[in-house]
Amino acid sequence: MCLAIPGKIVELLDGDRDLAVVDVLGVRRRVDLGLLQDNAPATGDWVLIHVGFAMSKISEVDALDQLRMLTELGESDAALEEVQGYGLGESEEAPSQTGP
Amino acid sequence: MRFVDEFREPELITKTADEIRRLADPQRHYRFMEVCGGHTHSIYRFGLKDVLPANIELVHGPGCPVCVLPMGRIDDGLSIAEQPNVIFAAFGDMMRVPGTHGSPLEHKARGMDVRIVYSPSDALKLARNNPDKQVLFFAIGFETTAPSTALTLIRAKAEGIRNFTVFCNHVTIIPAIRAILDSPDMRIDAFIGPGHVSTVIGCRPYGWIAANERKPIVVAGFEPLDILQSIVMLLRQMQENENKVENQYKRVVPWEGNRGALKAMAEVFELRPYFEWRGLGFISQSALRIKDAYAEWDAERRFSVPGIRVTDPKAAQCGEVLKGVLKPAQCKLFGNECTPEHPIGALMVSSEGSCAAYYNYEHRKAAQLTQLTGVSC
Repeated sequence: MCLAIPGKIVELLDGDRDLAVVDVLGVRRRVDLGLLQDNAPATGDWVLIHVGFAMSKISEVDALDQLRMLTELGESDAALEEVQGYGLGESEEAPSQTGP
Repeated sequence: MRFVDEFREPELITKTADEIRRLADPQRHYRFMEVCGGHTHSIYRFGLKDVLPANIELVHGPGCPVCVLPMGRIDDGLSIAEQPNVIFAAFGDMMRVPGTHGSPLEHKARGMDVRIVYSPSDALKLARNNPDKQVLFFAIGFETTAPSTALTLIRAKAEGIRNFTVFCNHVTIIPAIRAILDSPDMRIDAFIGPGHVSTVIGCRPYGWIAANERKPIVVAGFEPLDILQSIVMLLRQMQENENKVENQYKRVVPWEGNRGALKAMAEVFELRPYFEWRGLGFISQSALRIKDAYAEWDAERRFSVPGIRVTDPKAAQCGEVLKGVLKPAQCKLFGNECTPEHPIGALMVSSEGSCAAYYNYEHRKAAQLTQLTGVSC
C-alpha cells in the first residue's frame, strides 16, 4: 500500500478531465488524476500512483529511479500486478485504441 | 554482510556512511525510529544495518496499516459480508490477515464473495456492475490511501450509487507518533519521517515533534541513499543541539502537501474520538470516520456491526514489536509458529510489516548460512 508506482501520462481522456492513460513498464492503464487538480499534469508528465490515483508529479529521472528501486525491492511484479489490476482500464472502459 | 559495492551509487553510499561514522558520538547509543513500513522494508532489503555503526539502532515504527489494525475490525468487516448479497472488496494486503475465524481468503474458500481490488474505484465499479448486490469496500491505510477512498465516496454520491459502502479503517500517522512518544517504555532520539504519507500531509504537521518534544525529524525517501542521508541530517541536528523538521525527500514531498487530497479528505472524513490500534491500544483522534453527509455510504451505519473486540493471542508479542520494544526475532512465536506462510500476527503478513521483512531478509539468510556451513550465526 505504501508502494508508489511511477507512470508516464500518455493520454488525457477527453470528456473526463480526471482520467488519464498512463504507461507503467509498458503496461497501459487508466489512472485517476482527481487528487492532482491543483497541479494538473499534462501528457508526457510522470506521476506517482497509489491505489489507482496519481498522488504527485515527479521528474522523469526520479520516476526511473523509483522503478529501478521497486525492482530491487522485489516489488516490481507486485507493482505490475497492481497496475494490471486497476479495473479502470478493463472491460467496458478498456483503452483499446491506446496500445503501444 | 552487505558489500557496499552492491549498491547503485557505491561511492556516495561509502561517503555517506563515513559521514555518519564521523558524526555519531561513539560514547552514545542512538535510537532512530523509521515510522513508515516502506522504510522498514527498504532497510532490511538493502541490509542497511550492516552499513551503520553499531551504536545507531533503527527502531521500526507503526507505519504498516495492516499491522496496526486490531483483529476485531477484521471480524466486524467479515461479519457484514456474511449477510446475504454482500460482496467483500479489499486490497490484496488484507486477504491473508487473520480474523478470529480465518482470513478473508479463508472466508472466500468457505463461500463468501470476496474480491481483491487494487483501487477503491475498482470497488465502486464492482457496485456499478452488480446493481443487485451490496459492495462493501474494506478501506485501510494512512493518509496515502485515505484521499483515494474519499474521492471514490464523492464520486459514489455524485453518481447516486447506493449499493456501495465503505467500512472505514483509515488511520492518521501523527497521533501514532504521539502515542509512541507518550509510551513510558519508549526512548526514541529522533524520527525518520514517512515519505509518501508526507506527500499528502506535507511537513508542517510534524512541527510539534521538533518544537514540543524536542526531537529531530527528517522526512525521507526510500532509496538506501535517502535513508542514510536522512540519518546524516538527524545526526547533524543532534550535534548542533537543534530540533527541526527537515525534508530529505523534496523531489516528491512538497512542504505544504497535496491540497487537493487534503480537500477530498476534509469533505468526506472527520476524526473519530478514539480508535483502537493493535499494540498501541486506544488512541484519541487517531482515525477517520465518514461524515454525516456521506452516512448512506458508511457501512457502520448501513449495517449492524457487532463491534467485536479480540485480544491478540497471548504468546504473540505484536504490540511490543510494533512499539519497537522488542525486535521481531525476540517474539516467542517468531519463525516457528508464526511465519509468512502461516502468520499469526499481522506483522508477519504485509511486506511492510517488520516481522515479515525481518523473516524474509535476515532469518532466511541466516538459515541458508546455517545450512551451508552448519554453523548458526
